[in-house]
Amino acid sequence: MEGNSLREQVAAMRQSLFDEEILDKQFVQMEELEDVHNPNFAEELMTLYFRDSSKLLVSVEKALERPPYDANILDKFLHQLKGSSASVGANKVRIETNKMREALKAEDVERTKSQFQLVKRAHKTLKGKMEPYFHLLRQAGPADAAQPPE
Amino acid sequence: MESSFSSPRNDTFPAGLRVLVVDDDPTWLKILEKMLKRCSYEVTTCGLARDALHLLRQKKDGYDMVISDVNMPDMDGFRLLEHLGLEMDLPVIMMSVDGETSRVMRGVQHGACDYLLKPIRMKELRNIWQHVFRKKIHEIRDIESHESLEGILGVGWKTENRKKPDRNRKKPKKKKNRTESLIRSGSDQYDEGYFLSADDLTSSRKRKDVDNKYDDKDFADFSSTKKARVVWSVDLHQKFVKAVHHIGFDKVGPKKILDLMNVPWLTRENVASHLQKYRLYLSRLQKENELKSSCGGMKHSDYSSKDAQGSFGLQNSISIQQSDAAHGSFKVSGDNLVSQRVGTKSHESDIEGIVSEPVAEPKKGSNGNISDPQKTRSPQMDFNNSYAETKKCLIGNVPDSQKISTPQVHPSHSIALVESEVNFTEFESAIPTKYSWNEIPLNKAQKPLIQLNSGFNKPPLPGPHSHFQVDRVQSIPSISSRPSTAEEDVTGPAKSKPSYSECINTQGSHVSPSTTDSFPDQIKSCLVNHQVSEAISTSTANMEYQGFNLNCITDLESAQRNLIMGSASPFASLDDGFQICWYQGDCYGMNLGLQNIEFPEYNDPALVSEVPAHLYDALRFDYPCEPSEYSVMGQGLFIS
Repeated sequence: MEGNSLREQVAAMRQSLFDEEILDKQFVQMEELEDVHNPNFAEELMTLYFRDSSKLLVSVEKALERPPYDANILDKFLHQLKGSSASVGANKVRIETNKMREALKAEDVERTKSQFQLVKRAHKTLKGKMEPYFHLLRQAGPADAAQPPE
Repeated sequence: MESSFSSPRNDTFPAGLRVLVVDDDPTWLKILEKMLKRCSYEVTTCGLARDALHLLRQKKDGYDMVISDVNMPDMDGFRLLEHLGLEMDLPVIMMSVDGETSRVMRGVQHGACDYLLKPIRMKELRNIWQHVFRKKIHEIRDIESHESLEGILGVGWKTENRKKPDRNRKKPKKKKNRTESLIRSGSDQYDEGYFLSADDLTSSRKRKDVDNKYDDKDFADFSSTKKARVVWSVDLHQKFVKAVHHIGFDKVGPKKILDLMNVPWLTRENVASHLQKYRLYLSRLQKENELKSSCGGMKHSDYSSKDAQGSFGLQNSISIQQSDAAHGSFKVSGDNLVSQRVGTKSHESDIEGIVSEPVAEPKKGSNGNISDPQKTRSPQMDFNNSYAETKKCLIGNVPDSQKISTPQVHPSHSIALVESEVNFTEFESAIPTKYSWNEIPLNKAQKPLIQLNSGFNKPPLPGPHSHFQVDRVQSIPSISSRPSTAEEDVTGPAKSKPSYSECINTQGSHVSPSTTDSFPDQIKSCLVNHQVSEAISTSTANMEYQGFNLNCITDLESAQRNLIMGSASPFASLDDGFQICWYQGDCYGMNLGLQNIEFPEYNDPALVSEVPAHLYDALRFDYPCEPSEYSVMGQGLFIS
């Protein structure tokens, strides 16, 4: 059925996400937690994540607007971002965030700022890929879930 | 998953484990909730630490364990951990995306059962029930070993007590929940695994006082002492804190607190144990600052030897017995140590805890009699152990400098004692404060040596020396309100020892030739101790120690002890005894070694005077330690 080719597509997309290391195995954990009660657990979590992380990125942006930069609060934000990225398996975002934290610790303002750009970019990339993925996933629909194809 | 809850808990333990998850990240909360539910646990999530505390306080027995993130906006995860430890005895697991060793260590120090690294995997969560289980088992064991009916016992106990005649005294409400139903129904919630120990107790209780040792002991204790597991509610804790503040840290003691709190069903033991926890909590706070500087390890050597009772307790208790003032404090510290030991996983933490205890203690002053009877007992019993352990600690841990905690008693180590003295020198480096000791002992050593050989002519303990001693002594028990800084105190003892060894080593020539090899060092140290003790006359702690020493001596070989003990006046009398002892060798060396270790604390001229009598009674000290152990040790020592 069309579901098959759709599913194949979904599978391929998913695989590439892993290959590109945009996602890591924590994402698989989330998928494994899906069941009848939470059939779209991974998607729900991702949505939650994007909501929170976007806010965090805005806060970081603000904190970096003008000196003097509050390193403590910046680190707090970054730690949070790192944590939630780890929770959903947002691999690249987590890595870039960590690098930014290190730059911050090294008190390298320039590097911190440039690293922040990378964090934002990784985040944007992830979002850009996850949304169509989930969309397609819903369309393909899990074999036993009653998901009306869109 | 949730459905499994309906099945009888007994059969499905750990299913139904009630977990409270605290994390400021909603994504994590959701994931953890889902994972835990998959494990068939009953999950409650919380985004804020204060909400979590609130929930926990509301239902003291409402949860079996807590999983908390380290970084939270409203309260540090470690703070929460402290609170949980103080207010309720729940196993807490910390988690963080940060896995730095220092953080993990902090977690463990603060009492966390485990430290998980995010992202957390399902399989890691599946086994968290073991912490709950383990805690219960340990509590039971602690009760046995400590013979203290602190609220160590878990929920089961409380309820259990309730059932017993006196139970009504304590707060019935919360405990009731599970345990009681458990008891009644025989299997309410975690029944099986969870309340294993409690269950045993309760069930045995129910049926009859079976051979359940816990049961007998605890139950009996409970009934007799009329205290059941006390849940320290917020109100109760506040009363407690108010009482403590009112009395003043320096003079705080369980009895006083108890009187002030005016809670009829509360026993002194309850207060004592809670006071320990509280002190630990405070000392931890303090320690965090002093951590780098203080040589917690040193102290540990003294204490570490004992796990449960901890030699520390022993020493403390003994000394306490000797003197009123110091008693309280010492005991407390001992207790603290003990409890610390028991509860904490890492020695480091324990040690630090212990050390910090003293640090904190000074302010508090002596607590008075914290279950004196218990103390008395334990010291004696522990004495042997502590001695051995102390030795061990010295020997074994010395290298670690910070950790002297190896509470095993090995006769063979006695020999090591001598070595340990040397090792102590290591400590010295670790402990900056007590260096003065080295100097002093040296001087002293000289004297003692002479005396030793010739029969102690009352080694004159110069004033300054005494100071050191005092400090040292202080530090060890630290509880007594010694002037020396807590840290110093703490380290003091440790330092003193090394210094002794140093002195001894340096002096070596004196002693060794005169006496048996093993003795020389010991003697020296003893002498030094003596001298110091004399000087210390001022410190009550000494007194206590002296008494303690005395006791120890009797146990060990007495003679030697006496010598050490009676640094001051007794010297004369000691001489005889001492010499005799010395030449008898065997354990003397050992004893001395031990003595040395302990001595710093005990130096107290006042005590010294007491010593003579004791000395000659030697083995007949009030506290009959087990000489056998010592003899073994002695022999071992003798090898040197």
